[in-house]
Amino acid sequence: MDIAVTLIIQGVAFFAVVLVVMRFLWPPLMAAIEERQKKIAAGLAAGNQAQKDLEEAQAKAREIVREARDKAAQIVDQASKRAAEIVEEAKHTATAEAQRLLTQAQEEIVLEAARAREGLRKQVATLAVQGASQLLAREIDARTHAALLDKLELELVNG
Amino acid sequence: MAAESGSGGLTEYIKHHLTHLTVNQDHGAFWAFHLDSVFFTLVLALLFIALFAAAARRATSGVPGKLQAAMEILVEMVDGTVKETFHGKSKLIAPLAITIFALVWLMNFMDLLPVDLLPWAAGQMGVEHLRVVATADINTTLGMAITVFFLIWYVGILEKGVVGFFAEWFTAPFHAHGPVGKILTAAPNLLLRVIEEAVRPLSLSLRLFGNMYAGELIFVLIAGLTLESSFAHLSTYGWGAVQLFADVVWTLFHILIITLQAFIFGMLTIVYLSMAAEKH
Repeated sequence: MDIAVTLIIQGVAFFAVVLVVMRFLWPPLMAAIEERQKKIAAGLAAGNQAQKDLEEAQAKAREIVREARDKAAQIVDQASKRAAEIVEEAKHTATAEAQRLLTQAQEEIVLEAARAREGLRKQVATLAVQGASQLLAREIDARTHAALLDKLELELVNG
Repeated sequence: MAAESGSGGLTEYIKHHLTHLTVNQDHGAFWAFHLDSVFFTLVLALLFIALFAAAARRATSGVPGKLQAAMEILVEMVDGTVKETFHGKSKLIAPLAITIFALVWLMNFMDLLPVDLLPWAAGQMGVEHLRVVATADINTTLGMAITVFFLIWYVGILEKGVVGFFAEWFTAPFHAHGPVGKILTAAPNLLLRVIEEAVRPLSLSLRLFGNMYAGELIFVLIAGLTLESSFAHLSTYGWGAVQLFADVVWTLFHILIITLQAFIFGMLTIVYLSMAAEKH
């Protein structure tokens, strides 16, 4: 059976179909495949980027927390130091004030005591002279005993 | 037509094209063995496995290669269809549907090759008859349909148990309440079920076989336009042009048909299996 011509025409027809498929059917198919590849690549890249961003953000967050903790510690440190200073200062002031008040009081006491002593001495001298003069009124001759009286008065005033 | 002048002519040409490469003819028609159908089925199955294995072995969760992307599109399409149609949780359905679709498509695709090319090549090697389109052999399509038929039973029994599966033969599609109604509807239900079970593999296989057989026959008829003519005859160029045009148009149209038929076979398999798994 001679089918040479038929087979050649069939081959040409097949080739034509292949051309049509390559021209019209293959490109959209390939486009779909490439689109899919691109989409997957983009998705993976986005995923990686997000992972990296997350890690960076976490590192940053850790850094910020660390800084904040340091700063807080520093502030607490300063505050306690300042508090100690204030307490110390207050103590100091209080002590000084107490000392001052004490000194003042002592001075006043001494002064008052001196004043009282002076007053008392004067009164005692007067009373002694009075008593003595009343007791000895008759017998005392002012002239005779003048030296004695003066000596007594002097002793009282000075003693 | 130039073909009619030759010895045997177009009729013999067509007959020749529709004869299988058959072995073991001495033990009755049933045991006659269509070597060409089996051969091309196996070759294409191996091609399918090789393609899928190549895609699977080099499969990456990163950016896929072109082959992997193409396979992924195919798998996603079938898997999506299965998910939409089949509401059971069988792991069998999607791989089965992909296998059926891909294998049927590949077998159908042999129809697009020049109808005389492979038989001519085989003739050079001393092989008398060769039919390359395995799905244009009722044995192939019926074989696949019977496999699907048993899978339907398997999935049905798996989902409902033996009792539930066979009880359904008597209780659906007509539902009845009370013992009298149940007895009355049992016989028509059984009758309808038997018809349904018998028709499924028949319609599944005959649809594919019919389409492919007719398609192949039309290719043969188109090829017959220039049969036994030579370039010396003027009429050859006229009929040649007609053959070329008709061949291109029919081949392009056939791309749609082979895809559609493969899709229908796969889709119906999914539908039957999902029906088997669903409770009525």
